[in-house]
Amino acid sequence: MQNEFLFFMQFFLSGLSIGSIYALVALGFVLIYKSTSILNLAQGEFLMVGAYICLSMTIDFGLNFYASFLVTMIFSIILGLVVERLVLRPLIGEPIISIIMVTLGLTYVLRGVVIMIWGNDIRQFNVFPEQPIDLWGVKLTYLYLWSIGISFFLLSVFVLFFKYARTGIFMRAVADHQTAAQSMGISVKRVFAMSWCIAAVVSSIGGILVGNIAGVGVDISYIGLKVLPAVIFGGLDSILGAIIGGLVVGILEFLSAGYLDPYIPAINEVFPFIILVVVLMIRPYGLFGIEEIERV
Amino acid sequence: MLKVSNIEVIYDDVILVLKGLSLEVKEGQIVALLGANGAGKTTTLKAISGLLKVENGEVTDGRIEFLANRIDNREPEAIVRLGIFQVMEGRCVFENLTVHENLIAATQTLNSRKAIQDRYDTVFHYFPHLKNLRHRLAGYLSGGEQQMLVIGRALMARTRLMLLDEPSLGLSPLLVSEIFSIIKRLNQEQKITMLLVEQNARLALSIAEHGYVMENGKIVLDDSVEKLKENEDIKMFYLGLTEMGTKRSYRDAKFYKRRKRWLT
Repeated sequence: MQNEFLFFMQFFLSGLSIGSIYALVALGFVLIYKSTSILNLAQGEFLMVGAYICLSMTIDFGLNFYASFLVTMIFSIILGLVVERLVLRPLIGEPIISIIMVTLGLTYVLRGVVIMIWGNDIRQFNVFPEQPIDLWGVKLTYLYLWSIGISFFLLSVFVLFFKYARTGIFMRAVADHQTAAQSMGISVKRVFAMSWCIAAVVSSIGGILVGNIAGVGVDISYIGLKVLPAVIFGGLDSILGAIIGGLVVGILEFLSAGYLDPYIPAINEVFPFIILVVVLMIRPYGLFGIEEIERV
Repeated sequence: MLKVSNIEVIYDDVILVLKGLSLEVKEGQIVALLGANGAGKTTTLKAISGLLKVENGEVTDGRIEFLANRIDNREPEAIVRLGIFQVMEGRCVFENLTVHENLIAATQTLNSRKAIQDRYDTVFHYFPHLKNLRHRLAGYLSGGEQQMLVIGRALMARTRLMLLDEPSLGLSPLLVSEIFSIIKRLNQEQKITMLLVEQNARLALSIAEHGYVMENGKIVLDDSVEKLKENEDIKMFYLGLTEMGTKRSYRDAKFYKRRKRWLT
């Protein structure tokens, strides 16, 4: 009994920490979708670029890890601004589907640039100590604990920001009714730029954490694709839903690896999505998605 | 205070909606802008507030001045900062935000916490009913409550000139008269100048001091409300009265001809 519980907790906590990283990336998706109604398929590439910048600063330039973390944040803000300015602002008013296709194109551009600069190898950070610590029998490395800590801290900061800060309320107002927001003096352009910045920043933090855990390679951009169903599962326009969606996918991934893998190898890659499909069949707008308020 | 001179508005580079429209609103006045559907009333308001740009419209000729600033074709956020606030037609509340958040969303132009609190209290002074609904989602309010909320938002922004687009739309007569009496009070007590677009001419003329009548993108009549109320055409087309106060038969209505005279 004791052992079974420990076994469960081991996978649950690992899943929670990976899930909290997914939740960060999911937050990026939701932010951009909510304010601009664009689905940014390049979210995973933002994550990859962030991871590479941080890695390059730490290893190639020999900066302290925290310093390179800061540099990465500044770089992500600039990346978000540049993408919004150069790629998306000229397309305002074009059909949504072409804008989404442009973000798909952006994924290839960013991936290509990264391979051009850093090559194709998977590289390691080796910043955090490897040996696990023992939490009442559950063994976790520092990295997993850090991931949980940082992600939950950031997620609660953003939830509070959208609930109470004036700027957060302006952003939600734009998401709700763009013209009305404009008539009240809210600058829609600034809100768009800000959503892209925040999305780029949270993704690259996710990228740094994942890069520390699994190593940095071009393939970590696929996390973007993995998180997308999680976002839809939580409801594309719900910040809380995205966070929960990310956590659920992470936890299901690890639990299925623990319990089902011996019988069906590699089930953990698929299992979360089977659950998501079932949920979406029952609630097509996602767990926390908004059903339009319709008064008749 | 507001002077619109000879403006021309074109949508999508082809559709000419306003053809040399001029009007003037003096400080402290309530001015009514009347006209049939499609006359260009809402377009006029949007040209003033800058929201035209969002809809691919443009002021191509003439000028709009507000307190000696030229504001034609400026960004809406800059115009709001000068003190013009358009209350859009159809009660565009932020449905998924609470009443409180709807009001806070209108504070872009305020800087200090004290100023915000001050405006916030003023809104509840005029709309005490909204205070109890503060934490309700705006999408679930009734039509009258939503209309109060959008006027409240305009009040939050320290507005000097309020552009009201059909505040009576879809409301019961009782609510309409309540809202109009609040509009009148805001004008007198808060010194907010109003430019009021209304289909309900009788109601609009009851609180306004000056009126303009639009047809086909132009002003065709412009007079003080007392004179307008006496005008034969207004009586017939907008107030539904005849000389004798009796019903008019089709035969003696030179309706078509008289209407045409305005079109020039």
